[in-house]
Amino acid sequence: MEDSVIEFSLDGRSGVSPYLQVVRQVRHALRLGLLREGDQLPTVKDVVARLAINPNTVLKAYRELERDGLVAARPGIGTFVTRSLADASLAAHEPLRQDLRRWLAKARRAGLDEESIEALFTSTFRATAEQDIA
Amino acid sequence: MSAVLRAEGLGKRYRRRWALSDCTLDIPAGHVTGLVGPNGAGKTTLLSLAAGMLAPTSGTVEVCGGRPASGAAQLAKVGFVAQDTPTYSRLSVGDHLRMGARLNPRWDDTLARARIERLGLDPAKRAGKLSHGQRGQLALTLGLAKRPELLILDEPVASLDPLARREFLQGLMEAVAEHGLSVVLSSHLIADLERVCDHLIVLVDSQVRLVGDVDTLLATHHRLTGPRRDPPALPADQHVVSASHTDRQTTLVVRTSAPIHDPAWTVGQLGLEDVVLEYMRRPADGQRGSRPAALEVLR
Amino acid sequence: MIWLTWRQLRTQAAAVYAAVAAFAVVLAITGPRLLDLSRAYPNAVLDYLTRTDRNLYVAGLMVMALAPAIIGAFWGAPMVAREMEGGTHRLAWNQTVTRTRWLATKLGVTALAAAAAVGVLTLGVTWWARPLDGAQGGNSVTLGDALPARLTPVSFAMRGIAPVGYAVFALVLGVATGIILRRTVPAMALTLAVFTAVQIAVPLWVRPHLVPPARHTVTITEANFAGINVLEGPTPMVQLVVRASEPGAWVLSNQTVDASGRPVDTLPSWMVDKCIPPPPPSAPPFSSKPVAPEPDMHSCLTRLTDLGYRQQVVYQPASRFWTLQWAETALFLAVSALLAGFCFWWTRHRLS
Repeated sequence: MEDSVIEFSLDGRSGVSPYLQVVRQVRHALRLGLLREGDQLPTVKDVVARLAINPNTVLKAYRELERDGLVAARPGIGTFVTRSLADASLAAHEPLRQDLRRWLAKARRAGLDEESIEALFTSTFRATAEQDIA
Repeated sequence: MSAVLRAEGLGKRYRRRWALSDCTLDIPAGHVTGLVGPNGAGKTTLLSLAAGMLAPTSGTVEVCGGRPASGAAQLAKVGFVAQDTPTYSRLSVGDHLRMGARLNPRWDDTLARARIERLGLDPAKRAGKLSHGQRGQLALTLGLAKRPELLILDEPVASLDPLARREFLQGLMEAVAEHGLSVVLSSHLIADLERVCDHLIVLVDSQVRLVGDVDTLLATHHRLTGPRRDPPALPADQHVVSASHTDRQTTLVVRTSAPIHDPAWTVGQLGLEDVVLEYMRRPADGQRGSRPAALEVLR
Repeated sequence: MIWLTWRQLRTQAAAVYAAVAAFAVVLAITGPRLLDLSRAYPNAVLDYLTRTDRNLYVAGLMVMALAPAIIGAFWGAPMVAREMEGGTHRLAWNQTVTRTRWLATKLGVTALAAAAAVGVLTLGVTWWARPLDGAQGGNSVTLGDALPARLTPVSFAMRGIAPVGYAVFALVLGVATGIILRRTVPAMALTLAVFTAVQIAVPLWVRPHLVPPARHTVTITEANFAGINVLEGPTPMVQLVVRASEPGAWVLSNQTVDASGRPVDTLPSWMVDKCIPPPPPSAPPFSSKPVAPEPDMHSCLTRLTDLGYRQQVVYQPASRFWTLQWAETALFLAVSALLAGFCFWWTRHRLS
């Protein structure tokens, strides 16, 4: 049994569904360059043997990553990374970061404390996400 | 997809009391289904009926396309690990495997021995001398190595310590991933069910209150909070599961596939435990009208 | 399935077979001596038996009496009951073997093992006791002081092949009580109780009629007259003791009948006055009536015969020993088969 390149972990209390956590962990690893093109993701069997989660969860996560074009499944062999996110590094989005800094300054001037800023951001973020789905 | 467990009006009566009544289910293959409910709800009865340990008083049950325990071919398709993980205390671990090999034509001896070795069980040790967790693992190995199509587990992790519990579930999930096994397991620990189950049955007071796919369940149940409104007067496609009111505030749990547009409500998500508790709390009356809807929810 | 049955039966079987082997060795060692004795003193073997011989004889009886009961209780009762008590039936019945096949294999293998064990035992004991059954002492005048013939109830059940039938029956009975009661210890107790009751009832009511007994009516002559019993009471009852059957027979009834064939409880009173032989000088008189001078037995008995009194004996002749053995074994095996059918039905349909 060869060791996988990355290992997944599950935060049962985060309120984020397990399959999303897997997706995010893969994307995070891609962004940080821990996963590179051609690397094999852990097999479904290995993931569930470690995490004790339903295999369909892992399959769902891998399918979504495949839909996003990040990985490709090769039947009988495994799932492999096809594209890296390291190029889309945060540096490339510097203008967005500036906009965000400005907005944060505005919010503080308006008198919002940290919790209120976070609540405002999260609720708007979720609402727009739902609108996108609906 | 074929159904791995199909019940129609299934009921079981002991003397005067109905341990299970009017149970209608259709569980597709390839899923891990959790069965949850309070003590005495009828979980063991349902699982025993599916395994062929009991005969129904009314209705029918069909497992993997055949009547439970109706012959050797049918018995080979279904594995059952009962609540107290029975093992022969005088027989050694190796003897149990030998028994499995001789009594089951589909027995996978390599799998069994590899598992026993990985678990660190001494084949020469008598089952009576094993710890509780080890006995449970032995019973699970016997069930898995039989290579059934459906494995039924009755509260398999109830009396295991957290580590043993985690190892049990790891082994189970690995077998599901590797062999496409379908599983029906009953448990009190919803956290565990949340991890491993993608299908759910809620059984309360001998009746099925909720059955369906977990993801759909979570996506269609919402908590609405808003200013007091009694009665809630919601659109027809939004079913109220429960409602509670204070002077100023109303909190509802609703089930709907449509988005909620009414701006008066703050919509919140529910975890699996919350959903289950809602259905466990509902009184039985008013049940008749809404149960067909509960079944229709999640096909 | 056979492997599993044997694996579960192993220790118990070992214990029983070891005991059987030990007992068989003892019998084999002491047996030939008895054979020699019976050839040397064909009519007075009893006088030459040592204390050990007598003890062994009794031991033989007890072992044969107990063996089927023990097998029934210890091999039969736990067969299903222990599985239900321990919940292991939920393990066994979920292997790929139907309940019927499971029970059939267990019953079949265990019955064979039981039959073999008891078969060896009964072979040994029957061979060993052959010279002794029905043997008499050299100075026996009356019917007393002889070992029971093998056809009589006490010995019959411990000889020949009947014990094998009992063992199989006890086993199936044990399994049946275990299935109904679902608890090992109560099942063992009930098995022993029912088996004992059956073993008492069969010689009393069933065995005499398995083969119709022979009836023999004889005139009472001095040759077979053996004495008069007078039973004191409100009306004294007088009965005759007559030797009317062949040696080794199992006498079922031995009664005086009158001219019309009806059995009489008591003989006419003139017999008391005229025909009672004087008591032996050392014994106290048992009757307050003055004793007449030495009666003339011949005229008494002739007068009795003229009045139509005869002695009727109902018995099974010794030659019927094997016929009765086979008949009884067949009966017990048939009942076992019925009980086994019940066990199968109950296990399949009612047990959970």
